[in-house]
Order: sequence, then structure tokens, then C-alpha cells
Amino acid sequence: MGSEAHAPPARPRLGVFKLASCDGCQLTLIGCEDELLALSEKVDIAHFPEASSRTDVHGRFDVALVEGSVSAEWQREELLSIRERSKLLVTIGACATSGGVQALRNGKDVSEFVRAVYASPAYISTLDRSTPVSAHVSVDYELRGCPIDKHQLLEVLTALLVGRRPAIRDESVCMECKRRGNVCVLVAHGEPCLGPVVHAGCGALCPRFARGCYGCFGPKESPATAALAARLKELGVPAADLARRFRSISGGAPAFADEAAKQELEHD
Amino acid sequence: MTDERTYRVDLMTRVEGEGRFVLRVKDGVVIDAELSIFEAPRFFEAFLRGRSLFEVPDLTARICGICPIAYQMSSARALEAALGLVPTPEIERLRRAIYCGEWIESHALHVFMLHAPDFLGYESAIEMARDHRAIVERGLRLKKTGNRLIEILGGRPSHPVSPRVGGLSKAPTVAALRAIRDELARGLEESLETVRLVARFPMPELEVDYVFASCVSGDAYPIERGDAIVLSGGRGVVPVASWDREMIERHAPHSNALQATLADGTPYLCGPQARLFHHAEKLHPVARDAMREVGLPREVKNPYRSIVVRAVELVHAFAEALALVERYEVPERSYVEGPLRAGVGAGASEAPRGLLWHRYEVSADGSVVSARIVPPTSQNQARIEADLRALGPSLLAMEHGAATRRAEQLIRSYDPCISCATHFLDLRIEPTHEGSA
Repeated sequence: MGSEAHAPPARPRLGVFKLASCDGCQLTLIGCEDELLALSEKVDIAHFPEASSRTDVHGRFDVALVEGSVSAEWQREELLSIRERSKLLVTIGACATSGGVQALRNGKDVSEFVRAVYASPAYISTLDRSTPVSAHVSVDYELRGCPIDKHQLLEVLTALLVGRRPAIRDESVCMECKRRGNVCVLVAHGEPCLGPVVHAGCGALCPRFARGCYGCFGPKESPATAALAARLKELGVPAADLARRFRSISGGAPAFADEAAKQELEHD
Repeated sequence: MTDERTYRVDLMTRVEGEGRFVLRVKDGVVIDAELSIFEAPRFFEAFLRGRSLFEVPDLTARICGICPIAYQMSSARALEAALGLVPTPEIERLRRAIYCGEWIESHALHVFMLHAPDFLGYESAIEMARDHRAIVERGLRLKKTGNRLIEILGGRPSHPVSPRVGGLSKAPTVAALRAIRDELARGLEESLETVRLVARFPMPELEVDYVFASCVSGDAYPIERGDAIVLSGGRGVVPVASWDREMIERHAPHSNALQATLADGTPYLCGPQARLFHHAEKLHPVARDAMREVGLPREVKNPYRSIVVRAVELVHAFAEALALVERYEVPERSYVEGPLRAGVGAGASEAPRGLLWHRYEVSADGSVVSARIVPPTSQNQARIEADLRALGPSLLAMEHGAATRRAEQLIRSYDPCISCATHFLDLRIEPTHEGSA
């Protein structure tokens, strides 16, 4: 946004759109139990099919929240149309931002996947790859997470409403974990943890629940994946296991996909 | 002269996921009733192959943002069956507590935010709040309490991080869990008010003879655990491991959708009405009293009335959660472990919208060989279409828009979860994606 930032119009129009996803990120908006009604007074929630029968499929929006990845041709077409009709397009969640868990089909024989799940493969129309929104249109802001964090969602909406940049830190889960005073599961318990390379936002949930981070918020900026992989190997994590860990919820993100590919090569 | 009427909605709203329906009535006879799904496939059963079995609950959670705990729990149970693991009673109680959180969150969402606007004549709960702010705020408060309970036990309401094969990765301290006691007690009172509220809603008429399918969970109202699956109409009790022999999936020629029916082709219903029919006497006494107070029978034949059943289950979930929280002691272990082995296991639990069945084959090194997931909406879809057919003739006397809304309201009554059903249902993707409602 930066230079484009300007005074927002009165009661801006918000659209909430869904591509391939579980609906968890858009539910985060309904999950803002204390803020939802107040928000609906400030913003015209003009298209949000999961919550309202008043829809505006072809309307114009000041802010479009897009959940889900592009995994069928009609979704790509819908996305192009949403972009054209929206001043600001914000992707919400790992599917929209990096292709999501369904990107685990990328690089696989998708026709075999179709046969494995569906009785009549001929009826299935799907793309070979599940791709992020940014592979198809320009994105004004990416909100990470599987699912997104509601405080971050409210911060983004508030910032866009007043025309400033969202104050969301680009740092690792480790930073959140330290601030919370958690015991490091990797150092203290030798538990494989992706925290050092994963984008903050969840509040370091997994270490708080005695397990290693598994990467819901995707890679942080310039993640040192190779260094982490080397450290995890010292702890006895085999290459195949490492590859799986990187190729998971955010496995479509380039930094993680590349590290997974390196580990897979090593395993073979 | 031919009288043919078509009721259709191309983008269903206030449901989870993307679907459409068409109902055609010609000369008073229903000639077509189909609920079709254009949600994109995500291939969970395919990409689970080769993953470590310990990753499965984290991955299957992503099938549904509303009922991830149901997916985690049915996965974990199936994998525990494959490994021969038996969680302790303390672990089972913790699992029930977090699952109650999901029932509260999901039922409050459906009753207040998705379904109530139909009965009171609004397009959304947000619009409804202009005239009925106290009702909507109550719904949001109840939902928040469910979410808070899940947060304490699992970190976050959608895709919580603690559920795992064998139990939960960590048990909360007594103080952390007790912190929600008063909120649950208030929720219990407000859920009783909710039963009274929705029981007074004007109820469209429709009467259907259902075959009800639900988990059996010992002496308890089934939530987190299915020991077996019970069918009504003298069809007996089926072991969880052989549910895939009792239930078959087939192509319905009119919709190209895979739908589950019983082996003889009979559609069946799972979800709140089925649970109430089979297990009403196992409800918490407070919930039983609420049933009596509003005159709710155990056999609810009117699908629109499921909103009252859901409200009664909301009372039960609050009462059950409150009891679990009050009696809570930190267990010695929060999960059980055992050696890996090759095997096959099936598991079931009661998602808020109904029976959720999983089956996995695992290898000796702990990786998944095959996965099969049968969600509640796939099982209810044949029943939804049959009910649409039953409704059809009564719509003729109504104005077209009102009749269309009445049909959509019927589908909403099942709390369908289309994202869940999609990895399983066949798709009907039409050349142009016209999405206008």
C-alpha cells in the first residue's frame, strides 16, 4: 500500500471470498465475538456468504479478504475478477498465501490422486497444483496462519480502515516463545521444532503445549532452513522426516518447498 | 397446461462451504431435487498416504475450520485402534471437555448466526442484531465461551494443537481450567434460555420418518467416542470397524455425487436428531428438563425443528463441560504411547453435525498406507435430497421467493459442512461459474 495510502471512504465495502479452503480463516472474522457487531457498523460487510444471505457477487469492494488457494480453473477466473473489482486485496491464511495443505499434491501424479479419492474420476475438474493467490494476481497484504490469528486480522482491518500500514512484526515464532517465557522444547527436550524459521503470529502455541512448532504460519523472511535442518539432524531426525516436516501445512511456500526437496534428494 | 416450477439457489449462504441446490416440481410432482457441490477437491485421503501417523490429526483438522476437533478425534481413535492403544479414563475426560468446547462453538454458531435469521426473517445475524441485539450478543457470548474452553485445552479454537494420537500433548493445570468455570455456569443458564427462545420460533411443517444413525458411547450421550454405531428401525448395532460394510457410497445419477446410504439403499440421518432419538435418557438432567419444559419429543421428525435439538445439546455440552471442569484433576499422563506396528483401525466420534468415521491402514514404520474419511454431510446428503422431495409439493402454495428460502432453510437445518464433504463427494463443476444467489 505505502504510497497509495489515503483517507478511507465512509463505511468502506468489505467482501469475503473463498477458494479451496476449510473456511477456518473466514470464520475467524465471525470469531471476533466482541468486535463483530462494532465492526459491522464501521464497515459494510457487503459480501460474506458464510455469514449472510445478502451477497454481492459481482460488486466492487474497498477491501477483499480472500481465503483459500487456487486449485481449479474456475477459481483462477473468479480470483482475477475479484482483483479487478477490489481496491485492496488481502489474502487470509496459509491456503491463500502459500497454497495450503492441499499443495501437498504439487509435484505428485494428480490423476492418480483423483482416482484414489473419487469413484468417477472423469467428473473431477482440478488443476495439477494448488497455488497461492499471489501466483495469479497482485496482493496488497498477506495475513499468515493456519488459521489466521484474530488479533492480527483486526489489526489489518483497522489499519486499512484508517489508511496506515498494519503493524505486524516479521519475526520468528522463537521471538514470541521467548517473550512468553516458554522453556525451549528444542534445547531442553530435543523436540524437533520449526520455530526458528517460522513466521510469528500464533503466540508460540505448540511449545506451550509441549510440542515443536509445525509451521502453520509459514516461513519468516530469510529463514535459515538449512541451519535448522542441520541442527535437527544432529538430534537424530532423519532426512525423510525432515522433508515431511517442511512439506506440510505451508509446504507450498518456496523456502520450505526448497528445503524439503533438498532433504528428499539426500534421502534418495 | 403444464405447471413447472424451479426453485434454485446458486450460491448457498450461511452454510460452511460452497454448494447449490435445484428443486423442480412439475404438475405437483417433484421431478428433480439435488444438492450439488462445487467446492474444489483437496485430496486429503490421497496425500495422507506416506505421512507419519502422528501427523494425521494435524492434517485432518484442516478438512474443516468449524469442527477440526471432530476430525482430530476420529483420526486419533482410528490410529489408536490400529496400534492397540487404549487411552486412560482421565484422558477420555479431557477429550470430552475439548470436544464439548467444539459442540458449544459450532452449535452456537449454527443456532444464532446461521439458522436463527431464517426463523426471524433476516438475511444475517448482523442484520438481525439491529432488532434483536440481545439475542445475537448472547449467541456470540456462548460461542466465545466454547472457543475459550478449546483455547485453554488446545491453544486456539480452529485447528487446536494439543489433540494427538493417544490423547492430548499437554493437560492444563487445575487453575487454568477452573478459570472458565463461572463462564460455563453462565453459559449453562443462557443455553437454557436459548432452548426456550428457539422452541417459540414459528416452525415450518414437514414430517419425515428417519432411519437415525449415531455413535454409542457406553452410558454417556455420545460426543468424543463411538464404541459402536446404532441404527433405528430394528436395524441394530454395528461395530465401528465394519461401518463401511453397513454403509455404501454410490453415484446418484441426477447429481453425479457420491452419497452414503445403508446397504439396501435407504438414506439415513446422522446428527443432533439421531443422537437425541437414540440417547435422550443419557442427556444431563438439566438438558432433559429443558426438553420436557418445551415439549420436545425424543423422536423429532421435523428437520426444521433440529434447531431446538441443537439448543438442547448446547445445554448438555455446557452442563457436561461444567461438571468436567469442576471435577478436574491433572492426570498422571495426558497421552498414552506404545510400539508401532502394522495394522488397520477404524474410529468414530460425533461431530456437531453428526457421525464422523475414519479408517486407516498403517505400516510397521508408522506411515499411513491408506486413509478413508466419511464425513457427516456426505452421509446426510441423500437424506437432504429426499427431504427436499418431501417438501416440494408444499411449496406450490407459497410465493416463489419465500418458497425458495423455505427450501434453503431446510438444507441449512442439517448444518451442512460442504468443505468436509468435498474431499469425498464427486463434483459437478459447470462450465461457467455463475455464482449469484
